[in-house]
Amino acid sequence: MDTLSVARWQFGIVTVYHYLFVPLTIGLAPLVAGLETAWLRTGKVRYLQATKFWGKLFLINFAIGVVTGIVQEFQFGMNWSDYSRFVGDVFGAPLAMEGLLAFFLESTFLGLWIFGWDRLSPKLHNACIWLVSLGTLLSAYFILAANSWMQHPVGYQIVDGKPQLNDIAAVLTNSTQLVTFPHVILGALTTGGVVLVAVSAWQLGRSRHVEVFRPSLKLGLVTTAVASIGAAISGDLQARVMTEQQPMKMAAAEALYNTRSSASFSVFTLGNLDGSKELFSLRIPNLLSFMATGSPGGTVQGINDIQAAYRAKYGFADYAPYVPTTYWSFRLMVGFGLAATLVALVGLWALRGGRTPRSPWVWRVLTASLVLPFLANSFGWIFTELGRQPWSVFGLLTTSSSVSPSVSLAEALISLISFTLLYGVLAVVDLRLMVRYAKAGPPSEEEVRAGLEPPAPPHDPGPPTGPSSTDPEHERPLVFAY
Amino acid sequence: MGLVDVWFLLIAVLWIGYFVLEGFDFGVGILLPVLGRTERERRVLINTIGPVWDGNEVWLIVAGAAIFAAFPEWYATLFSGFYLPLLAILLCLIVRGVAFEYRGKHHPDTDGVAWRRGWDAAIVVGSALPAFLWGVAFANIVRGVHLGTGFEYTGNLLDLLNPYALLGGLATLGLFTLHGAIFVTLKTSGEVRHSARALAVRLGGPVVGVAAVFVVWTQTTRGTGLTVLTLTVAAVALIAAVVLVAREREGWAFAATALTVVALVGSLFLALYPNVMPAEDPQFSLTVHNASSSHYTLVVMTWVALAMTPFVVAYQAWSYWVFRRRIGTQHIPGGPVPVAAPR
Repeated sequence: MDTLSVARWQFGIVTVYHYLFVPLTIGLAPLVAGLETAWLRTGKVRYLQATKFWGKLFLINFAIGVVTGIVQEFQFGMNWSDYSRFVGDVFGAPLAMEGLLAFFLESTFLGLWIFGWDRLSPKLHNACIWLVSLGTLLSAYFILAANSWMQHPVGYQIVDGKPQLNDIAAVLTNSTQLVTFPHVILGALTTGGVVLVAVSAWQLGRSRHVEVFRPSLKLGLVTTAVASIGAAISGDLQARVMTEQQPMKMAAAEALYNTRSSASFSVFTLGNLDGSKELFSLRIPNLLSFMATGSPGGTVQGINDIQAAYRAKYGFADYAPYVPTTYWSFRLMVGFGLAATLVALVGLWALRGGRTPRSPWVWRVLTASLVLPFLANSFGWIFTELGRQPWSVFGLLTTSSSVSPSVSLAEALISLISFTLLYGVLAVVDLRLMVRYAKAGPPSEEEVRAGLEPPAPPHDPGPPTGPSSTDPEHERPLVFAY
Repeated sequence: MGLVDVWFLLIAVLWIGYFVLEGFDFGVGILLPVLGRTERERRVLINTIGPVWDGNEVWLIVAGAAIFAAFPEWYATLFSGFYLPLLAILLCLIVRGVAFEYRGKHHPDTDGVAWRRGWDAAIVVGSALPAFLWGVAFANIVRGVHLGTGFEYTGNLLDLLNPYALLGGLATLGLFTLHGAIFVTLKTSGEVRHSARALAVRLGGPVVGVAAVFVVWTQTTRGTGLTVLTLTVAAVALIAAVVLVAREREGWAFAATALTVVALVGSLFLALYPNVMPAEDPQFSLTVHNASSSHYTLVVMTWVALAMTPFVVAYQAWSYWVFRRRIGTQHIPGGPVPVAAPR
C-alpha cells in the first residue's frame, strides 16, 4: 500500500459518492421547476403540492451534493499536487469558470427559492428554480470540459514540459466534450425521471395522493423514456469518438485482445475475469464494430496491437487498463441504462389511455427501478475513468506521476478513512430521510393554500410564542424556515 | 501592474469576500447554544443565515479554483502542504452544511431532542474549527513555511502550529464570533437581539486584545509601510464596532466588523506580496511570477472574471435585500417540522 493507491481509492470513493447526488440535482431541478410552472399556468393546487414534495427531496440531496463537491475541488491540490502543477494552466480555467458562472448562481437562487415563498412574486420565485437548473447545466458543462480535456487534451502547447493553454474555445468545444455533455445530462434526467417514477409508484400502489402522484408518475415515465433513449444514442456517438481518441478504452470495454473486423459484442462472458480465455459467451454479431466505427464490418483494434503501438510511441510500460473492471462496468452501465428504458416503456404501456394497473407487481417493479440510474451512472464513470488508466491526462501524464509527493501514507490514510466513514454515516442518514419524506407524501391542499394566503391575522399553530402577542409588528410566521 | 498582480488582487478579494461573508455565518454557528437558549431561538439564529450560508461558501470554492487557475504552483503547494488542517476544515464544512438542512428533520415518533443536539454540536464545532484553522493557515502563509525543491512542502503538522499561527487562529475565531454576534443583533428582534448585543459588548474586550497582539506581531515581523495603515484601520474599525454595538447602532457596527475583516485579511495579502507562499529559504519562495499560469490563461480568466463578477455581486446583494427583514421567535412556523408518520 502506498500513497498513490490510497489517493486513487479516495478519488474513486468520494467521486462515485458525490455523483450519486449530482445527477439527482441536475435531473430533478427542471422537473421541480416545470411542476411549479405548471401550477402557475393552470392554478391547480396539486401541482403546487407536487412542487413542494419533490422540492423537499431535491433539497435533502442538494445539501449533501454541495458539501461533498468542495472535497472534489480540494483533493486535486491535496492528493494530486503533481497533477495540479502539471495541468493547472489548462485545467484550472474551466474549474474557476464553473465556480464563477455556475456555483454562485445555483447557491444564491436556491436560497431564494427555498426561503422566498412569501418574499417573491410567484413568477419570480419560479424563475429562481429555473436559474438553479441553468446553474446545474453550466456546472456540468465546465466540469465535463475539464474531464474531457483529461480524456482528450486539446487547445494547448507544451512549454517547458507542461501543457499551456493556447485555445480556450478548443477546450470548451472539445469533440469529446460535445458528445459527453449530452450523455451525462441525459443520464441525469433519466435519474430525475426514475426518482419521480419510483416514489410515485410506491404511493400510487397504496392508492395515496393519487391526484398528486399520477401526474408526477406520467412526467417521470415520459422523462425517463425520452432521456434514457437519448442517453443510449448519445452514448453510441460517444463510443465512436472514444474509439478514435482512446482505442485502448474501447478494446478494454470488450476485452478484445486481437484486432478484428466485423467484431461481435459479448453481452456476458464466462471464463477468466479479464476475458482472455472464455468458456462461454453470449455474443451479438458485428455489434462491437458498429459501436466502435458505425459500420458493422468496421475494424476494431485489439489491446495487444494498441499496446505495441503505444510502447513505440510513449516508451515501455503497460498501457492497458485493468480489463475486468472496464469489461464489466461497461456492460453494467449499458445494462442498467437499458433496463431503465424498458421499465419506463412498460410503465407507459400500463398507464395508457388513463388506465390504472391493478397488479401490485407493476408498482413494485416501478418502485424497484429506483436503483437503476444510480448504478448506471456509477458504472459509467468507473468505466470511463478506469478505462483511461494508466493515464490521468491521456498521452501526457500518468496517474502514478500525478500524486502528491509531500503527502505521507499516514496522512492519505487518515483522509481516506475519515471521508469513507463520514460519507457512510451521511449516506445512511440521507437515505433514511429520503425514504421517510418520500413515504410521508406531499403537504395537504389546505397546508399549501395556507402558505399562499395574503398576510392574515396571525394565527399561532404551534406552542405559545410569548412575545408575539405583544409584538406591535404582528408579523406572520415564515412560510418556510429551517 | 501586470496580469499576475491583477490575479493576486482578485484572489485577495475572493478570500476577503469569503471571510466577510462566511465569517458571520461561522459566528452565528459558534454562538448557536449561547444565544439560542430555547429551540425557537436556535431556529431564529439558523434562519438568519439559512438562505445565504451556501452562497457565502461558494466564495471559498471560487477562491480555491481561482488559485488553481491563476497560480497552479501555489494551489498545489498550499493544498498538499496544509493537508491535515484542510482535511479538518473540509470535514467540518460537510457536517455543518448538512446539519442546517437535517436538524429539523428528526423522526416523527421522537421529540427530536437528541437528534437536534447532535446536529447542533456539528454546527458549533463545524463553525468554530474552520474559523480557527483559517486563521492558522493564513498566519502560516504570511509567516513563511518550509519549502524544498519543486516547491514541495517539507515541514510537518507541528510546524504549522507555531505560536504566531495559533494566535492568528484565535484572532479569526474571535473576530468571526464577534462579527456573527453583531450580525445577529442586526437580523433578529426580541430577546435574541438583546442577548446578542450584550454578548457582543462582552466579547469586545478580549477580541480587541487578541487581535491587537496579532496585528502588532504581524506588523513587526512582516509589515510594510502600507500595512501600518491597513492594520491600523483594522484595529480602529474593530474598536469602533464594539462601541457602535454598545450604542445600538447595529448596522454601522456590522459595517465596522466587516471593515475589520477586509482590512485585516487585506493586510495579510499586502504583507505577502509579491510572494504567494514565502519559504524559510527564499530561493524556494513561491511568488506571483514563478507560481502563475501563462499569460494567455490569465487573459482568458480576466475576461471571464470581468464579465461575470458584476452579475454575481448584484444577485447576491439582491438576495440579502430580499431577506433583509429581522426575524424573531414569532416568525418561526409551528413546532418541530411535522411529518406524518407513514402508515
